Amino acid sequence: MAIDAVLGPADATSSRTARDDRTHRHMLLPALRAAQQRVGWVSEGALGYASRRLRVPPADAYGVATFYALLSLEERPADVTHVCTDLSCALKGATVGPGEHASPCLGLCERAPAKYRTIAGPEPHEEQIPAESPPLHQREGLRLLKRIGAGVDPESLDAYVAAGGFASLARARELGAEAVLQQIVESRLLGRGGAAFPTGVKWEAVARQPAQPHYLVCNADESEPGTFKDRVLMEQDPFALVESMTIAALATGSTQGYIYVRAEYPLAHKRLQNAIDRTTELRDGFEIELRIGAGAYVCGEETALFQSIEGFRGEPRNKPPFPVEVGLFGKPTAVNNVETLFNVLDVVAEGGEEFASVGTEASTGTRLFCVSGCVERPGLYELPFGATLRSLLELAGSAAPKAVLLGGAAGAFVGPELLDLPLTYEDTRAAGVTLGSGVVIVYDEQSDLVAALLRIAEFFRDESCGQCVPCRVGTVRQEEALHRLAAGRPHPDELATLAEVAQVMRDASICGLGQTAANAVASAITNLGVFAA
Amino acid sequence: MTISIAAPKKMIELSVDGQPVRVFEGSTILDACRMLGVETPTLCYGDTLTPVNVCRVCVVEVEGARTLVPSCSREAEEGMVVHTDSERVRLSRRLVLELLGSSVDLSTAPEALAYIEEYGANPSRFGPEAARVEHEIKIDNDLYVRDYNKCILCYKCVSACGEDHQNTFAIAVAGRGFDSHISTELDVELPESACVYCGNCIAVCPTGALMSKAEYDKRVAGTWDPENENVVTTVCPYCGVGCNLELHVQDNEIVNVTSPHDHDVTEGNLCIKGRFGYEFVQNRPKH
Repeated sequence: MAIDAVLGPADATSSRTARDDRTHRHMLLPALRAAQQRVGWVSEGALGYASRRLRVPPADAYGVATFYALLSLEERPADVTHVCTDLSCALKGATVGPGEHASPCLGLCERAPAKYRTIAGPEPHEEQIPAESPPLHQREGLRLLKRIGAGVDPESLDAYVAAGGFASLARARELGAEAVLQQIVESRLLGRGGAAFPTGVKWEAVARQPAQPHYLVCNADESEPGTFKDRVLMEQDPFALVESMTIAALATGSTQGYIYVRAEYPLAHKRLQNAIDRTTELRDGFEIELRIGAGAYVCGEETALFQSIEGFRGEPRNKPPFPVEVGLFGKPTAVNNVETLFNVLDVVAEGGEEFASVGTEASTGTRLFCVSGCVERPGLYELPFGATLRSLLELAGSAAPKAVLLGGAAGAFVGPELLDLPLTYEDTRAAGVTLGSGVVIVYDEQSDLVAALLRIAEFFRDESCGQCVPCRVGTVRQEEALHRLAAGRPHPDELATLAEVAQVMRDASICGLGQTAANAVASAITNLGVFAA
Repeated sequence: MTISIAAPKKMIELSVDGQPVRVFEGSTILDACRMLGVETPTLCYGDTLTPVNVCRVCVVEVEGARTLVPSCSREAEEGMVVHTDSERVRLSRRLVLELLGSSVDLSTAPEALAYIEEYGANPSRFGPEAARVEHEIKIDNDLYVRDYNKCILCYKCVSACGEDHQNTFAIAVAGRGFDSHISTELDVELPESACVYCGNCIAVCPTGALMSKAEYDKRVAGTWDPENENVVTTVCPYCGVGCNLELHVQDNEIVNVTSPHDHDVTEGNLCIKGRFGYEFVQNRPKH
């Protein structure tokens, strides 16, 4: 049975103790996913079997299974196609055919419109459509992307080593944990997942925690609409992620690592697993486990990600306590985005100070930008911090845009007057916008911005975990108000009410999802004058 | 009385609405507010439950914090400066109540209704077409009724059924977002589920979404009369544990049984016998 293949054979003697209850619940999502991959849905029998094997109360297991959009508790055909109807794909005319499922952003924005197909069976098959990754349009000035498209086979350890791979890990071992931490602090590297937290501060905090063990988690649940950078890194340069995680583990004193990747990235799963399998000796005792999501944007929130790995619903925890103290399985945990970890290789190789010489004083290094929408050359671009939005759009071939969405659905719209905005943390913050996860979606004169706002509102309504009131109900009220505004039949105080809902979602929601769910909509109203009377 | 053998706790000082207050380390902001007599609304907070901080009606402003913080779960810290009555706090509390009132039937939720009054909340501002939580009323057993149209998803029943008290785990939150709801496994009826009918979920439900069948029937019949209810305290006659009972009596008939939250033995919990096994008291032989 598919679940046994994941959990190992049922063993009556070992699964009877309370201790086992606590140690096995974390296998719940892998077990449910295995059942779904085998027969196309999670049957009552499969759910019951997983509950019994893992000693998870059946009501709890049901609660977990119904949390994830990609798990079906109703019988359905083995062959399912998910059609992205999100921002970038909508601009390229995505349509959902009969029998197909509409999907939030699939992270294939540079080849929009995109689909993701799963075929259940004894040998389950998953594919991204279109399957071909377009080549990078940029060859100059690449640091993070230097091996990509440069003829380095992403499935070959030898090729990676020949291209200079594992030199940074060797250097890190020479330096030792303390010196590596020192270099990361000196690099002033800020997290690239969206929150821009100083990586050195995070790592030091974890390294200093007396509680053991420490965990290292790579957040690869990239699901912010318009974001695809981490997918490209994982698909095209997976050994680099393994190497950088091993360095991070050394610095933070972690013995166990997890990579949590969204389900919709099958090629990344395959190549990462290959990279993990081939580097056991090089990692010298540091274990890495690949964990795969099941369709939940909120699981990219770090504490929701822990809940998901632990076998609970992906409901974010209240902070504090922060993950550096109480993280995965209640232990000190460093969570880093894929792109952040890639930067670590250069920091260690060339030293923190040298790394910080690129970019600006407050935003060091280079940044990946995911450009999509109305441009001639959509794709991934790498620029030193400080380059302007205009220069980025010129690289990608954009005629005068009407608006640009920076940072994704949780980001903000800017108008053409901000084209000379330097793309740095400090300049975007001063302008009241965000770089977020590096999303740049371009809208031209013909684009329908109101449709984009409705899609964003729908996205947050769908992806809210439902735990806290401001987000659970606020995202619904936001969407309803936008529909009335779009239809030209708003309530008398509609915009004022919408602004209050926005403020309360920002102020009173538990996590970043609710806190940012009104940002893009509010920015379109204030920056672009959408719905202005 | 439980005797603690832990090391004595440190006292910390913070300020709430300009008043200094000293609390034991590990206390929450809500504890500090209550010590000062600062009224703070709560819906998902339960005095016998682990805080889940999901309703967000207890939020307060802490100087230096980017967002508002839930007072029910946030630990007080030395030197913290807390405001509970700022414009920002009042807006969040009012709007949270409006969001709840516009999506859920609060007609049997006295605390929520009182807060709506107090904060001047207007749940109808989102219009008559605002989406509401819609479920069939579940009457599938003789002891209690589940009307999830009244559920604000405070998680109290889940905590009481699960690890906070009963350890039965018959119910959990299922679904996601606005479709989230309390459910048994595969949404089966209560008699098919792991439920043991302790009724501890009813005891903590703040909205009447969970209600004894006796109360539900009387409400439907129009004979529910809380104004003329007497509460009689006694000890459960079934076993030797010694659970205190509060018999809620209307018109000389027991309509509900609860236990005091500050009772060492029960912390407000009972078993099926204590909670529902009272019929013999009023089953008088007819001559």
